[in-house]
Amino acid sequence: MSRLLTVEHLTMRFGGLTAVDDLSFVADARSITAIIGPNGAGKTTVFNCLTGFYKPTVGRLTLSHGGDDYLLEQLEGHRIAKDARVARTFQNIRLFQRMTVLENLMVAQHNRLMRASGFTLLGLVGHPSYARAEREGVDLAQHWLERTRLTDVADWEAGNLPYGAQRRLEIARAMCTRPVLLCLDEPAAGLNPRESSELNQLLRSIRDEEGCGVLLIEHDMTVVMEISDHVVVLDYGRRIAEGAPAAVRNDPAVIRAYLGEEEDEELPPEIASDLAEQG
Amino acid sequence: MEYFLQQLINGLTLGAIYGLIAIGYTMVYGIIGMINFAHGDVFMIGAFISIIAFALLSILGVASVPLAILLVLATTMVFTAAYGWAVERIAYRPLRGSFRLAPLISAIGMSIFLQNYVQLLQGARIKPLPPMITGGILLTEGDGFAVQINYTQMIIIAVTVTLMVAFTLLITRTALGRAQRACEQDRGMAALLGINVDRTISLTFVMGAALAAVAGLMFALYYGVVDFFIGFLAGLKAFTAAVLGGIGSLPGAMLGGILIGLIEAFWSGYFSVEYKDVAAFSVLVLVLIFRPTGLLGRPEVEKV
Amino acid sequence: MTVTAQRPAAGLPLGSILVDGLLAALVAFALAAPMIGFETVDGSGGSLGLAYRFDAVAVAVATVFVGRLALSAIRFGHALPVLVVAAAATAVALAGAVAGTMLAGLLAVPAAVLAIRAGIVVWRGVTAERDVRFVVPDTVRGARRAVPAAFLALAVLFPFLPFVDQRLLDIAILVLTYIMLGWGLNIVVGLAGLLDLGYVAFYAVGAYTFGILANWAGFTFWMALPLGGLMAALFGILLGFPVLRLRGDYLAIVTLGFGEIIRIVLLNWYEVTGGPNGLSNIPRPTFFGLPFRASPQDDESTFADFFGLEFSPVHRVIFLYFVILVLALIVNAFTRRIRRLPVGRAWEALREDEIACRSLGINPTNTKLSAFAIGAGFAGFAGCFFAARQGFISPESFTFIESAVILAIVVLGGMGSQLGIVLAAIILIGMPEFLRELNQFRMLAFGAGMVGIMVWRPLGLLARREPTIRLHPAGAGRPGGAA
Repeated sequence: MSRLLTVEHLTMRFGGLTAVDDLSFVADARSITAIIGPNGAGKTTVFNCLTGFYKPTVGRLTLSHGGDDYLLEQLEGHRIAKDARVARTFQNIRLFQRMTVLENLMVAQHNRLMRASGFTLLGLVGHPSYARAEREGVDLAQHWLERTRLTDVADWEAGNLPYGAQRRLEIARAMCTRPVLLCLDEPAAGLNPRESSELNQLLRSIRDEEGCGVLLIEHDMTVVMEISDHVVVLDYGRRIAEGAPAAVRNDPAVIRAYLGEEEDEELPPEIASDLAEQG
Repeated sequence: MEYFLQQLINGLTLGAIYGLIAIGYTMVYGIIGMINFAHGDVFMIGAFISIIAFALLSILGVASVPLAILLVLATTMVFTAAYGWAVERIAYRPLRGSFRLAPLISAIGMSIFLQNYVQLLQGARIKPLPPMITGGILLTEGDGFAVQINYTQMIIIAVTVTLMVAFTLLITRTALGRAQRACEQDRGMAALLGINVDRTISLTFVMGAALAAVAGLMFALYYGVVDFFIGFLAGLKAFTAAVLGGIGSLPGAMLGGILIGLIEAFWSGYFSVEYKDVAAFSVLVLVLIFRPTGLLGRPEVEKV
Repeated sequence: MTVTAQRPAAGLPLGSILVDGLLAALVAFALAAPMIGFETVDGSGGSLGLAYRFDAVAVAVATVFVGRLALSAIRFGHALPVLVVAAAATAVALAGAVAGTMLAGLLAVPAAVLAIRAGIVVWRGVTAERDVRFVVPDTVRGARRAVPAAFLALAVLFPFLPFVDQRLLDIAILVLTYIMLGWGLNIVVGLAGLLDLGYVAFYAVGAYTFGILANWAGFTFWMALPLGGLMAALFGILLGFPVLRLRGDYLAIVTLGFGEIIRIVLLNWYEVTGGPNGLSNIPRPTFFGLPFRASPQDDESTFADFFGLEFSPVHRVIFLYFVILVLALIVNAFTRRIRRLPVGRAWEALREDEIACRSLGINPTNTKLSAFAIGAGFAGFAGCFFAARQGFISPESFTFIESAVILAIVVLGGMGSQLGIVLAAIILIGMPEFLRELNQFRMLAFGAGMVGIMVWRPLGLLARREPTIRLHPAGAGRPGGAA
């Protein structure tokens, strides 16, 4: 498997607080990598560095695809999605609430459609090339609407959707940018068990059918253990363990991080691992 | 050197007036996150009420100038505060929780209303206030140029300093101040903890208006003329001062006011009087571009 | 809210209502006593004299007291008697106003407001005000297609209607100018969500571009029109570039500052702009080269000659009317079209959530800048037209109040609604023109109306967004816009 994302010595400080401390890991193409850790471990900060919302204090973030390397820490915010093709979702859903579901998906294809509309000029005069591009855009949107079961509500205002549907729409919108790496910030939060198993299927198909790498922050350990190929565990901004899901769940350092120092010695390992599984 | 000193004194006086108005902007912005566009007009109403009170006192035959000023100060603060309260109650409170531009539009409407209300009731012409306090202290003299700080300027600076101290104590030491700071942090939580949020917001407007009233009185004393349009420019500059000092910060508002006063005084003194307002606005633009949190404001971390 | 105070069977809590009324009266007294009770007049020897109007204070306080009691009565389920009394009071006050008593006329306003409020409650059978507020009228919703078409037909035929005289045409031209400005600003505020309080600056740039070119280089209206728009758009880019990353209300104040800077420069740069005296002798537009003149100069032919008509000054007014109508319609068509293009959707998306836009690869600065520049360009066109129509421009025409009026039109119309802007412009610009006699109350009513409409309907008159693209035909399934 080829490397998709290489994180080297990532450090992010806010004033005196070190949110992420010398973190290095690799995420492979066509695989699902999960970042887990207790609250405040610095997971979302890693995402914000990757997607250009924060400039890392130290570190190099390299995204490789199509034979090119993109240094994410040096790219302007919007270029990370445009050129490096990294898409993301947000912990607190950020949809264009007063626009319809379909419009949300069309906005996601902005850069491609913008070129097709001759940066608006051709579109204004009604050039056929734009009409064709828009039809293709709708086709792509429809594809993702079906994958996320949103076709029936395509003309609803996004803000009127139920919570689970909003989460799915956010993933569909990210996928409409045709990313090579999809970063999901707690996609299963607030979902019921049925919805979260649907999510698992969707993420697997994104990996297997679209060939898109997935980077996942998640608290729901059933999701993490079931679908990830590789798990990185953070605590206080440091990487404390890394490896296959099964190896990580039995790692004493991980159990300590989740359960605290003392309990570690009192609990037999199998109970501790079950507790860790429940997060 | 003498010329410089004179401009410094003029700038400080002007800055004290701007600072007093700026506090109203900064407090309201801190607590409900809106630009109270009508605040400049509340200041203008304060100036009008103060000249009416002066005229009334002179008709009633109050001859002692210090007594007159104290009486006028008290009445102006009370009656202007009523305007501050009414503006909030009528134009802003019904819009709480509405989309974010609604209160600003309503405030612009209120500003237009107040200007025309005063124009209609008091006439469009400039109202003169005969000089109450004459004379001053000659500081130095050189090159045929006398540096003077007159008594009006001294009163303005003294009153401003006194009010600032009193006001800081009010905000930092009293239950009201605590309630206000709590509402600033998190209105919903403050309400859950039993703070009457509506009343706290109303009181914020009342306090802002009372300080603007003092500024209005000072303005009338200093310039000796008042008209219905003075609120617009003074308000805009005071807002600039609030932003320059860091919106939400009380010492910032005062510092910003003084800086804007100094910029204006030196610009008119050394460059051109016509473009003094341009100088003030340019400062606003530059501050917002290079240091949007202002000089004393807390930095804002973008929440993603 | 609906559940509260549903016509309680028991009587009124008279005590608390009375206290409430007295408190309101007290506040009214505090407001009225200094400002209404005394009028500053010139006294002897440069001193300040006072005139007294205590009767007016008494009337104001009494009105507030009675009005507050009436509002309480409505709230406790006695809307019908309030409606009857208030309607009667309105009628009496209006009759008094006709008879020439100014005070009576002023009293008609609160009485009418009370009557309307009571009427709404009686009609809808609800006491909670908020329920009344956010409803989009069904009639408007149904007539989505028909209404704009009817407006367009009326606009085209308007100059030829029998009762239309030159005064009405002048008002219509004014209203159309504001509709065009409103539609232009709507791109910036309504679509892109950028609050611009200095829009009039670009209007001024357009007007002065024509004025200066006409005075120094002999440009005609048609030569200057594109340049005016370009120049304004260029200013939009220059001013917008450094400030567009600012948060909403900061941007508002900075644009307001820019507007004032431009006005001050126009006021003081005598050599070029003529200072406070402005620029005159700006040529009127010609009909594709044919001037509107009573008698031809040199060997040109005039519009009347060419078409074999008898000269009438109305020809030019009608022509100006159509020029501004076409200009406004161009802005409208442009906006409707660009909303369906990626850049238009990106504007709306930016208004909704800038951070999400960035994560989708949209460049926020460029996108905002394009909205700002295009909006400014349209203001420039309108400014050119203004200069040509007036033949004279001065900084006085470009004060902050103009920006506020244009913004009010956009917001009251319901941000983003093209038809709403037309309605708002007619109400805010057209109506007051007919009330010229009440000139002194005009801006007072304007300000009060702005507050009133915001409080009554914070989302504007027509606040419903039409999707730019649909997957299913309109009306199929559950509607998406039912917020």
